[in-house]
Amino acid sequence: MTAERYIARSSAIAARMLGGEMMVMSAADSTFFTLNEVASTIWQAADGRTPLSEIVAGKVCEEFDVDREQAQRGADRFVDELSQHGILLVSDQPLMETGETDSLPSSESR
Amino acid sequence: MSLLAEMNQKALNLGLPISVHLDITYRCNERCVHCYLDHDDHGEMTTAEITGVLEQLAEAGVFFLSLSGGEVLMRRDFFEIVERARQLLFNVKVKTNGVMIHEKEAARLRRLGVEQIQISVYSHRMEVHDAITKLPGSLKRTIRAIRFLKSKGLKVTIANVLMAGNFSDQPGVIALARELGVAYTLDPTITPKMDGDTSTVALRIPGSDLKQVFNNQELVGNVEEFCAPPPAPDEDIMDGFPCSAGHTACYISPYGDVFPCVQFPLPSGNVRRQKFLDIWRNSAQLKEVRSIRARNLPTCSTCAHVGTCTRCPGLAYMEGNMRGPSTADCEKSFQRTGIPSANMLARTRVGSAGPLIQIQTLANSSPITLFKMRRVNCE
Repeated sequence: MTAERYIARSSAIAARMLGGEMMVMSAADSTFFTLNEVASTIWQAADGRTPLSEIVAGKVCEEFDVDREQAQRGADRFVDELSQHGILLVSDQPLMETGETDSLPSSESR
Repeated sequence: MSLLAEMNQKALNLGLPISVHLDITYRCNERCVHCYLDHDDHGEMTTAEITGVLEQLAEAGVFFLSLSGGEVLMRRDFFEIVERARQLLFNVKVKTNGVMIHEKEAARLRRLGVEQIQISVYSHRMEVHDAITKLPGSLKRTIRAIRFLKSKGLKVTIANVLMAGNFSDQPGVIALARELGVAYTLDPTITPKMDGDTSTVALRIPGSDLKQVFNNQELVGNVEEFCAPPPAPDEDIMDGFPCSAGHTACYISPYGDVFPCVQFPLPSGNVRRQKFLDIWRNSAQLKEVRSIRARNLPTCSTCAHVGTCTRCPGLAYMEGNMRGPSTADCEKSFQRTGIPSANMLARTRVGSAGPLIQIQTLANSSPITLFKMRRVNCE
């Protein structure tokens, strides 16, 4: 069984909802993303305390007509990509809210 | 279309302000010769008022926030403002002269996740830069600030405003930017003062220098493409609008006044009296700006450059008519392509006073100022 993952939004980003899509830009490398409604749902639920699998089951599958396994695979890919840019913080333990850019974890711990 | 351009288009379609330039003070520790502001405090917004405005901007959908002045660090609550802006998840860009930035301030800006710092540098030579800022030692302090900011991992851009007095130092500023490992941008636009005084316009670089800029591959990329004659305008061009001012962007002064752009002093409301969104949605002035299309411009709609000109409606407004030509941009189009604008041709035909290159007809400040600048340049 895969270890549980907890995700939290980094504070080193800029973000704003624009017409149903979330715009996110990393202050670390200026990468700019737009998130569709499903991705935005995961993003908004990324509180560091709720396991990703619970977000998928409780939010994504509840709000969108999507198969649980398919949604989990998509969520994993989404989390992997955003964590590479320091936009999402990922841990196998619940995360505290981050304060400033310096509190970003090193690439090894992402 | 890039993702950012797509988002801008989306904001435009939705009628949302995606970018706001907020001047938090007009006070400054420099007295730059070309500055369009007066530096007295006529009743700046308080910290609470500014943070309240930031909350309204976030609610309105603003993503890009430029904090500028005056010199932003003249406000003791500057970091409090930045901190609130970052809590509200704005993409924050700070414009500063850097004079008051030491290691501690640089580290704090980095910790707060500021996206970019833009710093004005007029020359790589102290005697030229400091003569423009009128603050002895300013270049040294500015360069020191850039080094601190870089060392903390911040993205820094040197903004090089070009005037007759510092034009020849431009390669030196580019070399300085390279040495410091920061980006470089130049701006040949010198605007009249916000009170209508046009004396600063005399500092603009002459057309021949503009031509030199436009033919510099290092600055414009593909010169042939950049200086190509304009294509014939089509329906899309004629239905287009000149820039984002009032459409997806606006400017807010330290006194809460809202304008379409920092270069477009058309008062459109005040956030001390009205909610920002009320102004954005209902201001008669902003509605008027939004209603203008290229085909509505009496002179420019007939101009060969109508589809490629950088016509600034704010500069046109300062010349007396927001639907009229901006002669500085006529000059740029002419120097870029060698093809005179419709405005230039019309003026030549009616034999109006003034030469073809109208940028010079605006110059009404003392020539002594110009000579002073040039002398400094030659030292």
